[in-house]
Amino acid sequence: MENHLLSLITFLPLIGAAILALAPSGDGPAEQRNAKWLALAVTSVTFIASLFVLAGFEPSDTGFQMVEEADWIMGLHYKMGLDGISVLFVMLTTFLMPITIAACWNVTTRVREYMIAFLVLETLMLGVFMALDLVLFYLFFEGGLIPMFLIIGIWGGPRRIYAAFKFFLYTFLGSVLMLVAMIYMYIEAGTTDIPALMSHQFGTQSFSLLGIQIVGGAQTLLFLAFFASFAVKMPMWPVHTWLPDAHVEAPTAGSVILAAILLKMGGYGFLRFSLPMFPVGSEVMAGFVLWLSAIAIVYASLVALVQEDMKKLIAYSSVAHMGYVTAGIFAFNQQGMDGAIFQMLSHGFVSAALFLVVGVVYDRIHTREIAAYGGLVNRMPKYALIFMLFTMANVGLPGTSGFVGEFLTLSGMFQADTWVALVATSGVILSAAYALWLYRRVVFGELIKESLKTIADMDARERAIFAPLVFFTLLLGIYPALVTDLIGPSAAALLEHFQASLPDMAGAAAATH
Amino acid sequence: MISADIHTILPEILLAAYAMAALLAAVYGGKDRLAGALTWASAAVMALLAVMVASGGPGAASAFGGSFVVDAYGRFAKVAVLLAAALVLLMGQGPLERRGLLRFEYPVLVALSVVGMMVMVSAGDLMVLYMGLELQSLALYVVAAMNRNSERSTEAGLKYFVLGALSSGLLLYGASLAYGYAGTTLFSGILGAANDGHVGLGLLVGLAFIIAGLTFKVSAVPFHMWTPDVYEGAPTPVTAFFATAPKLAAMGLLGRVLFDAFGQAVGDWRQIIALLSLLSMFLGAVAAIGQTNIKRLMAYSSIAHMGYALMGLAAGSEQGVQAMLIYMAIYLTMNIGSFAFIMAMERDGKPVTDIASLGLYGKAEPLKAYALLALMFSLAGVPPFMGFFAKFAVLKVAMLSGLAWLALAGVIASVIGAFYYLRIVYIMFFGEEGEGLETPMGPVAWLALVGSAAVMLLGVVNMFGVEGAAAAAAQALLR
Repeated sequence: MENHLLSLITFLPLIGAAILALAPSGDGPAEQRNAKWLALAVTSVTFIASLFVLAGFEPSDTGFQMVEEADWIMGLHYKMGLDGISVLFVMLTTFLMPITIAACWNVTTRVREYMIAFLVLETLMLGVFMALDLVLFYLFFEGGLIPMFLIIGIWGGPRRIYAAFKFFLYTFLGSVLMLVAMIYMYIEAGTTDIPALMSHQFGTQSFSLLGIQIVGGAQTLLFLAFFASFAVKMPMWPVHTWLPDAHVEAPTAGSVILAAILLKMGGYGFLRFSLPMFPVGSEVMAGFVLWLSAIAIVYASLVALVQEDMKKLIAYSSVAHMGYVTAGIFAFNQQGMDGAIFQMLSHGFVSAALFLVVGVVYDRIHTREIAAYGGLVNRMPKYALIFMLFTMANVGLPGTSGFVGEFLTLSGMFQADTWVALVATSGVILSAAYALWLYRRVVFGELIKESLKTIADMDARERAIFAPLVFFTLLLGIYPALVTDLIGPSAAALLEHFQASLPDMAGAAAATH
Repeated sequence: MISADIHTILPEILLAAYAMAALLAAVYGGKDRLAGALTWASAAVMALLAVMVASGGPGAASAFGGSFVVDAYGRFAKVAVLLAAALVLLMGQGPLERRGLLRFEYPVLVALSVVGMMVMVSAGDLMVLYMGLELQSLALYVVAAMNRNSERSTEAGLKYFVLGALSSGLLLYGASLAYGYAGTTLFSGILGAANDGHVGLGLLVGLAFIIAGLTFKVSAVPFHMWTPDVYEGAPTPVTAFFATAPKLAAMGLLGRVLFDAFGQAVGDWRQIIALLSLLSMFLGAVAAIGQTNIKRLMAYSSIAHMGYALMGLAAGSEQGVQAMLIYMAIYLTMNIGSFAFIMAMERDGKPVTDIASLGLYGKAEPLKAYALLALMFSLAGVPPFMGFFAKFAVLKVAMLSGLAWLALAGVIASVIGAFYYLRIVYIMFFGEEGEGLETPMGPVAWLALVGSAAVMLLGVVNMFGVEGAAAAAAQALLR
């Protein structure tokens, strides 16, 4: 049984989606209610099943655990497994899905299809974090675009068509370059097995292509091909522009999944592929990535300051926070690495919560414009409290999970490049500026807007949605060892492997001179 | 000796005999009243022949002194052609009947063109090649113009005929050069002539002309001009036929000629095929963007897909042929499903081909819309659908044989191409409300649509054994 636990978790939502698809059609209130409850039940069962994974997971073992393997088509293998880096993303996904489903309880258009889309998306997201075969990974990674395209397109805002196309084509373009690199790796190493590829040494001999000297050789090119995909997914400046559009137009639940999980695939990809498989390429490009991250942090924060749309503001703050993640990863030290993973998890909770916070008032007033709000604290004290907590977590106040991630990544950056750390730290101040200013404009002040005079505070369902998010944001802020103990050994092993592969670079460089 | 030859070519003889018998029966019997029955009979005969060919057992046999070859490669192509033709015939019956176009000539002509295709993929001699190709083409010219009262349809038929004749001329010129320089029309003889040290310039020129003639039939750039017009002008069920079986037959023939006759000149023709592939992928992807007519869109889509299939041939290896066959099998399935839908599109009993008419179709008929969605994503090459594995197969062989630039161009073209497939999805699910669209489907068409969509998804598990069959076929071609 244990052998198939990962497949079970991955495909459970898909089975739920199939049942929903085959259920008698109709879009009446009863069918809608059934669809919602079924989706909630399936995602909850998936979450409970994933707890068994967590319980059975051995943190001190840095290899892949609970591995399943079977032959597949075209010489590929169906292979699933977990290590300390991926286990938390799996947990994050299964944990957030029931919350997401509960958050779209008010949707009334094409509910059954909506639920099916989310269940299919969950299968694909879980598959991304568990796949141990290149092509299997690609299949899940790209397949996720289809339900997301539909979620933005069918249930999104006024400019949903533009946003859906931009989202799809942007990420698709990034990914096909990765596909070419994957095929090259397949041919070069003769396998698509991820653990085997991690120990394969791809060429580092510098060569010149179209008159440009490629330092680090094939590894640098492979790194760039994967970078094209992950940087778009992350998203990093300057290829982040699809994100604000997608976020703004997506329905609340879509934004939550996008910010909390889909963005993490980029960071996960760097940790799973770029660093262990192309250490030399990563080393060559590290300075470039660090500076892109620093620019992302400052630029996105400044752009966030002038936004008039709440969701857009949070979207830009996501770009800034992902900047810490990439900088942490490419600092190549334990603090940076731990911090990056922690920051991704924390951002998973905090950004999800912030989009839900916007969703709460959007459900009531149907606008996301900051100017349409003000003085909400007078009518919605509970809402104000929760909003404040997550604003503080977004800013990175000590005691919340946001602080741990930011602090660790910054201290990692400082060791790698002091100047980058200096620039990035200014982002901490800027994030306080835009987040607190947003809070002040929406929640504080006089309640003068007519439309807000009768606004109701959060009901029991909404409070129940936020409760687990509040709990984990505080818990991880107060006791981060809960997470770092899980990821530490795997991250350390990854770094060790990475450092061990580097001397080759010196040799290669010496050989060319 | 002769009886062994007859045994080898028996499926083709049976189908030809059936076609002539059916023609006589219809002419002296009930004329168009028999059309429905003949459609079913033709489909049944083709399906039976597919079973017969498939169960022919492994191994290769040749007849008439090597000018007709039956091997795993030929069998693979024949089974695919027969099944596709049978299915398209049955799917088309309803729509043709509703438009008053269900003539008895149609199933007969289709059967004859299928005979031509079966000869094509088994050709071992330039003369046999030409015979098969012309039998196929002449039947197709006529069915393109089947809607005699429609200007577009007759125009399509005439255009197809004139350009087809030109391409036949090119092919014949190339064949005569090959004959002149090799001293024989037998593929094995040409292969032997090329083997004497190096490929002569005369043979190479002949090869170039033969490739030009054949790429016209596959509708690869720059010999694609006829495709959109013929696709648009011909009645939709006929278009569906054009888009499926003949494409595979022509691609199969191309593979046959390139490897059986010019297998010693792989290095020479690879560059030509790679260039054709590149041009087809990009033209297909870019030109389809502006289309508002779904048939024209599918025409450009098929041009792009032929580009990818050619990428498999451009690899010039056994894996390359296998990838090409896998690609074509998946392409065939996707197109049968898509055209099952397109030929059913109508409003007030009149066929519609306007993409905008699909507006919010997903609300009216969710099941069919989702099936079409799966096919569109598959055509775009998005995983987890089979269309992705088709692209993966050809990209992999291209990289394996040092055509990394072609693979890179291919993926970029696929992103451009994704746009117009997505546009159909967008119009169906979140576009403007259309003017209303009816899609009455018979059980066969419905099954073809939903079934092919299901195959695109479920094929992920094991590809339904196509991979192994294609491997055996490729091995037989490059024995």
